[in-house]
Amino acid sequence: MIKDITIGQYMPGETSIHRLDPRIKILATIVYISILFFIKGFFPYLYVLGYLGMVIWLSEISPKTILKSLKPLAVIILLTLVFNIFMTPGEKLPGFGFLPITKEGLYQAGYMGLRLMFLITGASLLTLTTSPIALTDGIEKLLNPFKKIGVPAHELAMMMTIALRFIPTLLDETDKIMKAQMARGADFESGNLFSRAKAMIPLLVPLFISAFRRAEELALAIEARCYRGGENRTRMKQLKLKGIDYSASLITLLLCVAIIFTR
Amino acid sequence: MTSIISAQNVVFEYISHDDNKVTALDNVSQEIKKGEFVAVLGHNGSGKSTLAKHFNALLLPSKGTVYIKGMDTRNEENTWNIRQTAGMVFQNPDNQIVATVVEEDVAFGPENLGVEPHEIRKRVDEALKTVGMQDYAKDAPHYLSGGQKQRISIAGVLAMKPECMILDEPTAMLDPSGRKEVMETIKRLNKEEGITIILITHFMDEAVQADRVVVMQRGNAIMQGTPKQVFAEIDKLKSVGLDVPQVTELCARLHKEGIDIPLDVLTVEEMVVELCRLK
Repeated sequence: MIKDITIGQYMPGETSIHRLDPRIKILATIVYISILFFIKGFFPYLYVLGYLGMVIWLSEISPKTILKSLKPLAVIILLTLVFNIFMTPGEKLPGFGFLPITKEGLYQAGYMGLRLMFLITGASLLTLTTSPIALTDGIEKLLNPFKKIGVPAHELAMMMTIALRFIPTLLDETDKIMKAQMARGADFESGNLFSRAKAMIPLLVPLFISAFRRAEELALAIEARCYRGGENRTRMKQLKLKGIDYSASLITLLLCVAIIFTR
Repeated sequence: MTSIISAQNVVFEYISHDDNKVTALDNVSQEIKKGEFVAVLGHNGSGKSTLAKHFNALLLPSKGTVYIKGMDTRNEENTWNIRQTAGMVFQNPDNQIVATVVEEDVAFGPENLGVEPHEIRKRVDEALKTVGMQDYAKDAPHYLSGGQKQRISIAGVLAMKPECMILDEPTAMLDPSGRKEVMETIKRLNKEEGITIILITHFMDEAVQADRVVVMQRGNAIMQGTPKQVFAEIDKLKSVGLDVPQVTELCARLHKEGIDIPLDVLTVEEMVVELCRLK
C-alpha cells in the first residue's frame, strides 16, 4: 500500500508539452503567473482561457486530472469567494434578505476566483507534464547565472536528486520496519490520535537511524566516485532549445502582450 | 609485470567510541600486479574492508605508505587521480546509486571528472553494454534487482575508465542468482578488459576463482598464495574461523581415510576428474 505513493504528480507522456525544455516551461509558468496579476476586468481572461485550453489539449491531460489538482485548494477558493461576496462595500442587491450581497462583491468574487483557479491550473500543468528529474535539471540551469552572487545552484539540484532517489528506498524501508513491528505486536491503526502518534515512535527511530547510516555510506560512495561539488563538473545531458521551445516562448509572449494591451 | 598497487608496512589505528585505540591494520604489505585478480578473505573485523579503503585513498595509513600506480595516497594532489585509477564498489547497492535514472547514475563519475558530454555518452553506453545492462538505461534503479543494481554500480566505476577495481563484499547482500551475475561480470572485466580486480569477500567459492587469495586475520595478512595453496591448509583456515569449499573438505576427509586423492581440489569438476582417476 505504501508503495503506491507517487512523487509529485507527474503524468508520463510524449506530447509536445512534455517534450518542451524544462527551462522554458518553468520560465513560462513564472511569466504566466505574473501576468495573471496584470489582468483588469473579465475580458482578458478569455485569452488566458485560450492559452490554458491549448496547453491542456496539447498535453493530453484529462480535464478530470486538472480538476483534481484544484481540489486541495478548494477551501481557499471558497473562502476567497465568501469574503469577496460579503465584504465588498457597494450597491446592495435586493432579494437576498438580510445578506449584504453587493454587485461589486459578486464581480470581485468572480474575478478573484477565476484568477486563483487559473493560477493553480497553470502551476499544476508544469508539474503534471515535467518529470521531477527534468524539473531539477531545469532549476539548476536557470539558477546557474546566479552562482556568482552565492546561489548554490548545483548543490540544490544535487540535494533534490538524492531526495528523489531515496524516497522509494525509504518508503520500502518504512514498510519493512512497520511489518517487523507489527509481527511483534505493534498496533499502528487503533486508538486515538495521541496513542497512534506514540505508536509511530518505534517506527521512526529505526527509520532515522538507518537513514543516517545510508547517508554516511552514500557520502563515502560519491567521494569514491570523485565527487567534489559542482566545480569543473560536466553534464552528460545538455539541454538544447529546439524550434518547439521557441514557438512556445513566442506564444507565451503573445499572451503577455495581448493582456497588457487590454489595460 | 609491474605493481599497480603497492602497500608497504601499512598500519591503521583509530580511536573507537569507547576511547580505546584499535589497530585495524597491523603492518600489512601487499603488492598487486597489473591485471591480477586478487581475493581478500577474512572474518568480520579482520581489517579487509579497511585495507580496501586504503587502496582508494578513502582512508590514509597511520604509518607506512600506499602507492597506486606510483602515486602516494597521502599526497592530497593525487587523491582524485587515485580514485579514478582505482574505482570502488561497495556492499549495499542501494547506498551507492545517486541518480534516479540508470544512465544518469553511470554518468555521475565521468561528470565529476569533467569529461566532455559526448564522450560521457559514449562511455556510459559502453559501460552499460559491458555489464549487460544496456536495456535498462532509462529505468529507475529502485525497480531493479540487487544483482542488477550492483552491475549498475560496476558500470558507474567502469565509465571512469579505471585500471583497477576494488569491490568490497559486492555480493554480500544479494541472492544466489544475483551473486552469480555479479561474479560473472567481475571475471569478464578481469579477463576481457584487463582490469585489475581486488575482491573483498567472505564467500569461499568466490575466492576460489581468483588468481591469488590473501587471508586476513586481526589486521594481518596471515596467508596468501594461489587458491589451491591456500585452501589446502584446511586446519589453519578453520582456526581463523573460515570455511573451505565443500569439495576441498571432502578431499581432506577422504585423504584422512587413506584414499589417495590430492588435497587441493577446489571445484566439483576437478573432484569428478580426481575420483574417476582413482579407479
